[in-house]
Amino acid sequence: MSVRTAELLMAMMMGVFSIYLMFKSYELPVGWIEGEGPGGGAWPFWLSLVMLLSCLGIIFNWIRKVGPIATSDKVYVRADVLTEVGAVAISLIVTVALFSIIGIYGSLPLFLIFYVRFLGGHSWMLTSALAIIIPVSIFFFFEVTLKIILPKGYTEPLFIPLYKMFF
Amino acid sequence: MLETLGLLANGFTVVFEPQNLMLIIAGCALGIFIGAMPGLGSVNGVAILLPLTFLVPPTGAIIFLAAIYYGAMYGGAISSIMLGIPGASTAVATTFDGRPLAKQGMADKALTAAAVASFVGGSISVVLFTFFAPPLAHVALVFGAPEEFALMLLAFATFVGLGGDDLFKTLFSISIGLVLSAVGFDIISGEPRLVLWDITGFLHGINFLILAIGIYGIGEMLWTVEEHRLGGGKSMLSDATVTVKRTLANLRELMTTWKSIVMGSFLGYFVGILPAAGATPGSLMAYGIAKQISKNPEKFGHGALDGVCAPEAANNAASTGSMLPMLTLGIPGSPTTAILLGGMVIWGLEPGPRLFVDHPDFVWGLIASLYAANLFSVLINVAFIPVFIRILKTPFTILAPIIFILCLIGGYAPTQSLHDVWLMVIFGIVGYLMRKLDYPMAPAVLAIVLGPLAEPALRQSLIISDGSFSIFFTRTYSGPIMVAALIFLFLPLIKIVYVKLRKQYA
Repeated sequence: MSVRTAELLMAMMMGVFSIYLMFKSYELPVGWIEGEGPGGGAWPFWLSLVMLLSCLGIIFNWIRKVGPIATSDKVYVRADVLTEVGAVAISLIVTVALFSIIGIYGSLPLFLIFYVRFLGGHSWMLTSALAIIIPVSIFFFFEVTLKIILPKGYTEPLFIPLYKMFF
Repeated sequence: MLETLGLLANGFTVVFEPQNLMLIIAGCALGIFIGAMPGLGSVNGVAILLPLTFLVPPTGAIIFLAAIYYGAMYGGAISSIMLGIPGASTAVATTFDGRPLAKQGMADKALTAAAVASFVGGSISVVLFTFFAPPLAHVALVFGAPEEFALMLLAFATFVGLGGDDLFKTLFSISIGLVLSAVGFDIISGEPRLVLWDITGFLHGINFLILAIGIYGIGEMLWTVEEHRLGGGKSMLSDATVTVKRTLANLRELMTTWKSIVMGSFLGYFVGILPAAGATPGSLMAYGIAKQISKNPEKFGHGALDGVCAPEAANNAASTGSMLPMLTLGIPGSPTTAILLGGMVIWGLEPGPRLFVDHPDFVWGLIASLYAANLFSVLINVAFIPVFIRILKTPFTILAPIIFILCLIGGYAPTQSLHDVWLMVIFGIVGYLMRKLDYPMAPAVLAIVLGPLAEPALRQSLIISDGSFSIFFTRTYSGPIMVAALIFLFLPLIKIVYVKLRKQYA
């Protein structure tokens, strides 16, 4: 896909999103309410309209072929870049999805092993060191010091003895 | 004047509390590191690390973050000179002459010059800041809702008029940020509003940090993964010989560049105050002017010392300058200060001129901490140059996952909701895709921070005036601010008309 095509697709997608936002804003009064001023929907409604108009402006420039992006025939995401960035993005999504199942202390080591070992090609030694040290420091910094309880999914019961020790 | 000095002295007593002093030193060191890492700048560091500051009271938190901001301005120069890759966009201009100097075996000279120029730039701007801020805050005390709204409009208008990005994309970025900030509840009627796809997670609104970490954390890292890939994953690290004798000689040679340094400091400070401008354009402008006023402009681009000093003085001065409107008016002067401002809201402080009256410890502690951060940054920078150079050798594939993990937890910590983590990942990926199409991201972050302040200001103004927009033009302060905002908004249009007219009559 060329940058030029991507430009049009993005503007169209964002244009549709703006229309959705306009409808959603319209659930609240958009006009003037006596004694209360502008209704609650007015602010997001008019701004969504500006969003929509901006998208139309981008499409207008695309048709006229104005600007470096609208005229660029370069590849939007090169195949090898797509593989790497895509792998990172997907591994992030999988990691977050696993948060509510095996908890962050299950998913973060997996993420680290995937990234450091398989994307980075570092030794198993270094990989396992990082996969242990980082989650442990996170536990002590966030849970013990900051008292922010991080998601643990089904591994929650395993942490009860630890909670007893530190809280 | 005397009163200001007294308040500043009080500020120093805050700074010299052991905990705060430690936070400043840690912040400076961390900031230099963040600035030196290609792909990470002050804005990324502040966004990703803000959730960690819930540990300390607000004054400590902002002192720490401001020290990171400062340190990053120093650190950016290290990779600009050693790798030829700007560590942060603010250090782009430093590569022009810093890299050639390093290639000629004079990396230490460039590094010393950058550190000293940064220090002078920081010092001059902090003094300017100390004496500009109180009177400005004093004037701003009489500001009501119409003035506040006019100021915010001015902040957005500068992006349209001066941002230099595509007009429609800038407008889009501003308005999507403002609309996203409206998600949750309507503050006046109390009704749920814009609960997207009726997902209940949107009921608590979209925290600005979710967008900021999404864009500046995850999006930026994806961008860096790509750059890394395109660059073949390898970069050339220059050698630097650092000896006391050489350093002294370098310092002596630096004296010749005082004009560029002073010019860069003043220019950077005033450019930094403008929301759309800030450190990156400030340093580029300083480079341009230094070249124009130089006796041998032909040396620029081939290792002119002035070409390192001017932008480095300017980017530090600009970072101080951008704090002026943030602290006195509640309008951030840069994306980084926008995140600091959002942080102040989380810490329960109301941004704006009342801060000077209600929380003098916070304000003057912050101002005094800038003096201290400036000093510590230069000391840490000069003393540990070899250490930072070693750190630059850390493989990206080790740093990247650690930063991603910090982002994920940073997105979870403020609201403790997985919904927000998902949203952050989506913002990151979409932001990355949009950035590849040159959509500017800074206006959206500024907008999501200012949105919750701008909307009530507009609605209250309209209630006062019974629906008439003339209220913004007829008041002493809001009138001129509105006119300035409109000029900036229509600047792109004026430019087009001007070019057409010139073509017609040429």
